[in-house]
Amino acid sequence: MMQRGDIDTIVSWVPEGGKVLDLGCGDGELLHRLQAEKRVKGLGVDIDLANITASVGKGLCVVQQDMEDGLQNFGNSRFDAVIIAYSLQVLERPHAVLERIVSIGNEAIVTFPNFGHWRSRLSLLFTGRMPKTKALPYSWFDTPNIHFCTVADFETLCKDLNIVVVERRMSSNMGPLAQLWPNLFAKSASYRITRR
Amino acid sequence: MAQHPFDDSVGLVSPQRAHFPEALYLESGEVLDGFELIYETYGELCANGSNAVLVCHALSGNHHAAGFHSENDTKPGWWDTVIGPGKPIDTNRFFVVCANNIGGCDGSTGPNSLCEATGAPWGSHFPQVTVADWVETQKRLAEYLDIQHWAAVIGGSLGGMQALEWSVRYPDWVSHCVAIAAAPGLTAQNIAFNEIARQAIFSDPEWHDGNYLEAASNPAQGMALARMVGHLTYMSADKMTDRFGRELRQGSFDPQDDEEPVFQVESYLRYQGSQFVGRFDANTYVLMTRALDRFDLSSRGQGNLTEALKDASAEFLIISFSSDWRFAPSRSQEMANALLSAEKRVSYSDIESDAGHDAFLLDDANYLALFSAWMGRVAA
Repeated sequence: MMQRGDIDTIVSWVPEGGKVLDLGCGDGELLHRLQAEKRVKGLGVDIDLANITASVGKGLCVVQQDMEDGLQNFGNSRFDAVIIAYSLQVLERPHAVLERIVSIGNEAIVTFPNFGHWRSRLSLLFTGRMPKTKALPYSWFDTPNIHFCTVADFETLCKDLNIVVVERRMSSNMGPLAQLWPNLFAKSASYRITRR
Repeated sequence: MAQHPFDDSVGLVSPQRAHFPEALYLESGEVLDGFELIYETYGELCANGSNAVLVCHALSGNHHAAGFHSENDTKPGWWDTVIGPGKPIDTNRFFVVCANNIGGCDGSTGPNSLCEATGAPWGSHFPQVTVADWVETQKRLAEYLDIQHWAAVIGGSLGGMQALEWSVRYPDWVSHCVAIAAAPGLTAQNIAFNEIARQAIFSDPEWHDGNYLEAASNPAQGMALARMVGHLTYMSADKMTDRFGRELRQGSFDPQDDEEPVFQVESYLRYQGSQFVGRFDANTYVLMTRALDRFDLSSRGQGNLTEALKDASAEFLIISFSSDWRFAPSRSQEMANALLSAEKRVSYSDIESDAGHDAFLLDDANYLALFSAWMGRVAA
């Protein structure tokens, strides 16, 4: 998980002592780090019991539910940051979830693998097959990642949803190239977004 | 003789008794001039008393939550899957207390006890007790045992309701609260099932308005029927299909056969009913189901559950089971959501299970793993 490159970015963006909701918290590694380093008041949400158990074992508060069911139970809450780290691509209706998280969070932090990365492009161009990478090793037919997008796609969607990008950071082993041409060179993208 | 699974159990345990001479003012306005509790404890209370855990029992449970009463005992306490060395409520770490609730029929003051004023058994005159009354008696037991604070209060079903009541009634006493397969209050359907069970008892000619002891009788038929209804609601339809299907226990549909056909499920329910008659009291059943019906955690917040929880300071674990329709996952979600709205620390899981409401008592690896993992945060 750590090699993804988005985690340090998320940790740096989350406000100290803030109230944080981590959607698709997985085994709780990120939230655990945020509690240790940023003393956040954290709550995790995950749909999978093994992830709930792993998170609970780290001393975290987690709720088992499908984040695509509307998150209505967070209607009264106001979070300093709502995080979706590397799970946007597994959602059935990512746009609906994005709209929702900017309404329950003062700010949302969204990170995802950039499908516009040159390796993905070359892979599809030359092999004619859906790309597989070390980080995303699934075959097209049994992948949980049903909604890949590129940096450009994401920003277009934000615009359509009236969501403002406060800050973005690209992670890549290509250094400055990723900042210049993120859609081509960023391996993963991290966004701080908010409602207009 | 078969070997007991004492290795992973608390082993031999014996119940103890505590007498509380001071009057107990019940929610109903009635007063009990003192009462007795029968209880069991497992593990050792540490010097600073920080590792005490209260376990609250459900409708037909009692103080015998774990371990065995004798070498020849074949059945351990009702929550032996959960309480014991290395189990979620780890007796190597915690000092566990479980008492039979008043109004019960396993040794604590209840309808079968003698009423001092009349010299006769209380019978149906035993005052109606509530979940809050039980919490009061449990608090007195804690003080009697030199416990000033519970590291955790834990229960399933009606026991979960007691744990929740503790968390709002005595917030300073409870640092962790676990409510499994519970609800903030019963639904109309739930109350209806309880009423059917009660009417089954009342319609038995041996009921004698609840004074069957004096009439030297027992409403066994009514009790068995009440239990059959209750037991049915604790199981899921899928589990029943798996377990019984349409299989016959005896007889056949062959007209030549003299023996009437009896389905496995009929035989099973009759057995459950008859077993219950031997170990449970009809007045207690009526009292306990009424206590269940009347419990409404939200009343503390004038109907607003979030408001009712505002003083709670415990961290909560709420667990439901997917096939439980008696205390449905939606009720546990309602509880968890109210805790979230009240800005309390809460974890919630809906465990996939086909065992219905009874799942909270059973040996389900996923459930026990989650429960154990969560208990890790409870300082012993």
